[in-house]
Amino acid sequence: MRSIWRTLDAGLWRGVLAIAAAAAVNGASFGAIAVAAGLPLWVPVVMSLLVFAGGSQYLVVGVVAAGGSPIAAVLGGLVLNARHLPFGLAVGEVVGNGWGARLLGSHLLIDESVAFAMAQSDRVRARAAYWACGGSLFIAWNVGVAAGALAGTLVDDPSKLGLDAVFPAVMLALVLPALKEAGKWRPALLGAAAALATTPFLPAGVPVLVALVGLLAVPRRADETDQPEAVTA
Amino acid sequence: MSILPILVLALGTFAFRFGGVALRDRFTIPPRVRELLSTGAIVLLTALIATSTLTKGHGFAGWALPAGVAVAGLLAWRKAPFVVVVIVAAATTAVLRLAGVA
Repeated sequence: MRSIWRTLDAGLWRGVLAIAAAAAVNGASFGAIAVAAGLPLWVPVVMSLLVFAGGSQYLVVGVVAAGGSPIAAVLGGLVLNARHLPFGLAVGEVVGNGWGARLLGSHLLIDESVAFAMAQSDRVRARAAYWACGGSLFIAWNVGVAAGALAGTLVDDPSKLGLDAVFPAVMLALVLPALKEAGKWRPALLGAAAALATTPFLPAGVPVLVALVGLLAVPRRADETDQPEAVTA
Repeated sequence: MSILPILVLALGTFAFRFGGVALRDRFTIPPRVRELLSTGAIVLLTALIATSTLTKGHGFAGWALPAGVAVAGLLAWRKAPFVVVVIVAAATTAVLRLAGVA
C-alpha cells in the first residue's frame, strides 16, 4: 500500500487537503443546520456516516425541516444520487478489483473523488488520488458534521443568528460552478420557478420534485438536432 | 424523523455507487441519459435553494433571509472562501432581523 501513497506528489496532497478542509466546514454547517431544524443530534451524524453524499443529506434535512414527508425527502435524495451510477461506471477500474476494495471504494465515491481520479494522467496515480481524496473527505466530512451538530445544540434561537440563511447560501456556493456550464442554467431556472409556483398548493417537499420538469429545457445534443424534425403540420 | 428513511437513502445511494463500479465492463450509459442525470441533480439543488430562500411553509419567507442569501451568492460568484460565504449569509440575515426587517 505504501507505494501507492508515494505516487502522490506534494501538489496533489495539497489539493486533497484543501478540499478536505472545505468539506469539514461544509460538514459543520450541515450538522449545525440539521440540529437547528429540530432534528436530534444522532440524525446528521448517522446519516453522514451511512449516506456520505452531502447534497442529498442537505435535501433530506431541508425537506423535513420545511415540514415535508420523509418519503418525498428520500425520493429527492435518491434522484439526486442517481448520478453516482454513471460516475461509478466511469471510475470503476480505478477503484480496484477485489470485493473488499469495490465495497469500501464504492462508499467513497463522491463528486470530488471522481473528479480527482479523472484528472490524473495514469491509472496508478488515479487509484492513489481516488482513495486519498475519498478517504480524507470521509473523515473530514464526518468529523465536521459531529462538531457542527454539537455546536448547534448550544444555540437556542437559530433564526436570530440568521442560521436559516446558511443552508441556501452553502448550496448556492456549491451549485454556482455547475450552473455556469453550458445548458445547465435554463433547466435549473425553469425548475426553480416551477417549484416556487407550486409551493403554496403542494405538500412540503413535493415542489422540489416538481422542479424536474426543468429537464424539458435541456438542450438537445448536436447529433440529435441533425436529424430532420418530424413534420406534424 | 426515524432511522428508516436514513437507511433507505443509504442503501439506495450505495446501490447506485456499487452498481456503477461493478457493472463497468458490461454497461454503458447513453450520453443523453448521462447528461439528464447530471442536469437533474443541478435542477433539484437549485429548486431547493429557491424554495428554502424565498418560502417558509406555504408563504413568503420575508426579506431578511433572501437578502442574506443574495449577498452570500454574490460573494460565492466572486470566488470568496467558503467560510466567508457562510458567515456573511448568517450575519446579513441576523443584522437585518435585529434592525426589524422580517
